[in-house]
Amino acid sequence: MKNAAVKYGAIIGALIALAGLVFINYGVYSYYIDFYLTGVLVIVCINIILAVSLNLINGFTGQFSLGHAGFMAVGAYISALLTIHTGWAFPVVLVLAGVASALIGLLIGLPTLRLRGDYLAIATLGFGEIVRVVILNLKITGGPRGLGGIAPKTTFFSAELAAILTIIIFVNLIRSSHGRAFVAIREDEIAAEAMGIDTTKYKVLAFSLGAAFAGIAGGLFAHHQMFIDPRSFTFQRSIEILVMVVFGGLGSISGSIVAAAALTILPEALRGIAQYRMIVYSALLIILMLVRPQGLFGTKELTDLLGFKAKDTAHKEKNQAVETTGGEG
Amino acid sequence: MAAIIQEIIQQLVNGISLGSIYALIALGYTMVYGIIKLINFAHGDIYMLGAFIGFFAINIFQMSFFPALIVAMIVAAFFGVVIERLAYRPLRHSTRIAALITAIGVSMLIQNVALLVWKPDPRSFPDVFPFKSYKIWGVYLDNRQLVILGVALFLMVVLHYIVRYTRMGRAMRAVALDDDAARLMGIDVDRVISFTFALGSALAAAAGVLVGIYYNRIDPMMGGMPGLKAFVAAVLGGIGVIPGAMIGGLVMGVAEVAVVALTTSTWKDAVAFGILIIILLLRPAGILGQHEREKV
Repeated sequence: MKNAAVKYGAIIGALIALAGLVFINYGVYSYYIDFYLTGVLVIVCINIILAVSLNLINGFTGQFSLGHAGFMAVGAYISALLTIHTGWAFPVVLVLAGVASALIGLLIGLPTLRLRGDYLAIATLGFGEIVRVVILNLKITGGPRGLGGIAPKTTFFSAELAAILTIIIFVNLIRSSHGRAFVAIREDEIAAEAMGIDTTKYKVLAFSLGAAFAGIAGGLFAHHQMFIDPRSFTFQRSIEILVMVVFGGLGSISGSIVAAAALTILPEALRGIAQYRMIVYSALLIILMLVRPQGLFGTKELTDLLGFKAKDTAHKEKNQAVETTGGEG
Repeated sequence: MAAIIQEIIQQLVNGISLGSIYALIALGYTMVYGIIKLINFAHGDIYMLGAFIGFFAINIFQMSFFPALIVAMIVAAFFGVVIERLAYRPLRHSTRIAALITAIGVSMLIQNVALLVWKPDPRSFPDVFPFKSYKIWGVYLDNRQLVILGVALFLMVVLHYIVRYTRMGRAMRAVALDDDAARLMGIDVDRVISFTFALGSALAAAAGVLVGIYYNRIDPMMGGMPGLKAFVAAVLGGIGVIPGAMIGGLVMGVAEVAVVALTTSTWKDAVAFGILIIILLLRPAGILGQHEREKV
């Protein structure tokens, strides 16, 4: 019964997503959507990659990282320098940016993932700040003056393709046995270890994978802006990404997608009241947390929500009861 | 040789002045964390509010330094209590991450309201203590550093007295140890938490006013970096441990001044976080913290 409902929901979800994609692409390529709005859509795609990849670390594996902007910065600078100095093809550059970020993630992850909860959060925060200060002090990165003259290689198509590939990879990963290992660690690390899951391996894996995609997003960002400086990758940026993940729901990929899109477009829409927009943004954030601390979708996916039918409510309630007792702490 | 020793002592003096300001902010972080296990990200902004209240008290109400300091502390304490009441109390029983995000939201809200009302340009803090410098054995010490050290030391002694020897202090320690047991013993836990926020916010405000007289400039974004560094200081000393925050603050101040003296000042922010990562890896509980074993 439940499977049928989920399948039904998945089909509806896929159709809605497809319709949305066709609609947006039609708009972009027939120039109904102007240059400025297309730029906003590119940023939406980049933020979707960032939010989904951070969700793997924070939402599915339950490790609290506050340093995503650091990984993004690594990817942005590596890719920008490769483009400027080697002129390699853009996809190659992006993949290398991802690999470099993943290696840094591995380097940071191995020692720090022994820490738990708040301590891990602070360590990753510290890492992000260190990356920023190192970039500020290096010669090759241009220091505080930034790095300009990056070829504008990010098109709407490449950003969109990268976002879709990221979503497909993460959805499949979460549904695999590896994905269940991540969730097991989030629910109870000690129990997961007792069940034979190599918790260190999976935590580091989640961390480096998240870092890799943050690096790719950074590469797209650099080739979209054509200019990067350390101020683009401050602690504030990490917080913005984290807010998207929490807003959508920790452990909900569709939540991250919706939140990334909404929270990118919202400040643009509030541009008319520019001086109040950050106030409105932060007030909304506080109110949302007070009213719905689990985020918009909680751990549910959009497809689950679409697929529920009347007969399924009993099942759903039972599931929720389990969730609320297990989700403490 | 003597010149080097003099230089070292000079940097120590500078570092301790800066460090005592970090220590005052760190105390608020550590007390709040000790009691409700929340990293209060808005704490750095309370410090900024304190600096601005002090600024207005001196400039508009023509107060002298000490009354202005006290007014700033009282108003900031009020803000701290209100923030806890409106934003953190409703989330007391939800997940830690929800509370943390709320704290980040509160921090952003305070900063942006301050930016709107007070404008982003830095203001110069009134010159309440005309600069006077003393030279003792070749080491320069100015009157502002003496005021900072004196005020910080006095406040820490008062805090120590409150926490150790008053009923409220005993209640605070009880709640920090086990809030359920404290409630069963008849302690009004909500009141204790409010009191802790008031105390921490007052200390942060004092730090804000002291920074105002030290650097002579304040702006609405001034809470960010010192807030993070004070938090690092709290972790360094052992979070939740009050003397730890004092030691952590001093170590941070001295380390920062030393790095600025030895390299260029652009590296100083990295050093704070470098120290943090090293201490977390070697001794996660901090200098004075007790290691707690994870239980099933």
